[in-house]
Amino acid sequence: MNKNKTSQKTTRREFIGKTAGLGAMLALAPGVRLVELAMAKAEGDAVNDMVRWGMLVDTSKCAEGCDACVSACNEEHGIENFGRPETDPQWIRKVDLKDKQTGKEYSLPLMCQHCENPPCVDVCPTGASFKRADGIVLVDKHICIGCRYCMMACPYKARSFVHENLSNQKSYAPRGKGTVESCTFCVHRVDNDRTPACVEACGSEGHHALVFGDLNDENSEIAQRARNVPSRQIREDLNLNTGVRYEAI
Amino acid sequence: MRSIYIATAIFLVFYGSVVLAQESTVVLTSRAATMAQCVEPTDVMRRDHMEFLLHQRDKTVHDGIRTPEHSLIECIDCHVGKDDNGEFVPVNTEQQFCQTCHQSTAVKIDCFECHATTPDVKVSGTTGNSDDFRNYHQFVINEDVAAPLELYLQSFPLN
Repeated sequence: MNKNKTSQKTTRREFIGKTAGLGAMLALAPGVRLVELAMAKAEGDAVNDMVRWGMLVDTSKCAEGCDACVSACNEEHGIENFGRPETDPQWIRKVDLKDKQTGKEYSLPLMCQHCENPPCVDVCPTGASFKRADGIVLVDKHICIGCRYCMMACPYKARSFVHENLSNQKSYAPRGKGTVESCTFCVHRVDNDRTPACVEACGSEGHHALVFGDLNDENSEIAQRARNVPSRQIREDLNLNTGVRYEAI
Repeated sequence: MRSIYIATAIFLVFYGSVVLAQESTVVLTSRAATMAQCVEPTDVMRRDHMEFLLHQRDKTVHDGIRTPEHSLIECIDCHVGKDDNGEFVPVNTEQQFCQTCHQSTAVKIDCFECHATTPDVKVSGTTGNSDDFRNYHQFVINEDVAAPLELYLQSFPLN
């Protein structure tokens, strides 16, 4: 009898377990999420780490000899060359590769890979080189002293130093002598819900080799592609977790 | 001795108010000339515009906050003057809005080593970027200035 009574009564441990479970069910009422999905950023809001911007390059669609992305970048940011290829700024470049064993040739654009653990940020003595909350790696040129440590640290040779006096800059892309610069993922466009200039140019050339989007948003094209199609990071051995990934290499 | 201090204080207050009440240097061909007031009262702007710019600069670069208020782009869009041909005159050239005061106060600013000195808008004969002036910067229009502003905007040959 006594034994039966005990089995009907809820033990203290069970009670806590059940109420905790009920509490969890209440907390997760329909429409409520433990982690809020990334919302479109309002104009006055700071960027946050719910978004991780990334780019996917389908090298099988990237045409050899086409440099639409490079010229679009130059046009967008007012990058002019001075006929000195050794020192002229270059935010994005086309690289042609050949597999010596098979003879298979690849063509791909290479730019700042927007690493999760960027070596350029590690070495910067002033804090000018930084990673924004949404994963975009930038140079705060107000703080940059032009020491170029970041250029040496970058495994992708993605950064350039401005050696010349500049004029006629674009208002949204300030550039000046004595500072380091690199691909910004067209941050001024991204903040206004637009895609980078290179992605747009590649699309209008009909190649559609570049996909830009939020890697954290599982419904975005880039996240779905990254999940379903094999892609690689360049120098993945460095464990930098790059934001730019390449398919078919 | 005490009266000297008081006299000095009165002089400083008087002198300060004269300096603050000095003539406007707003360029007549700029959009600013059609506006009732800047984003803050004029005396605040005269004294503290560099502080606003400094804070906005950090917000924009690090947090991606691109609100037009206190942004250098908006300052230039509004304060840039035009020459007889309707072309923009860089804000850092003589007699223009930025330069007039900075020359008078002997302040050399570095902004325009990197930042554009004219707005990004297609002006005849030049290559602007794809963004149109009106779409790129959305600003609040005071009813009093809506008509002169519209006239001003019509002076741009839009592509």
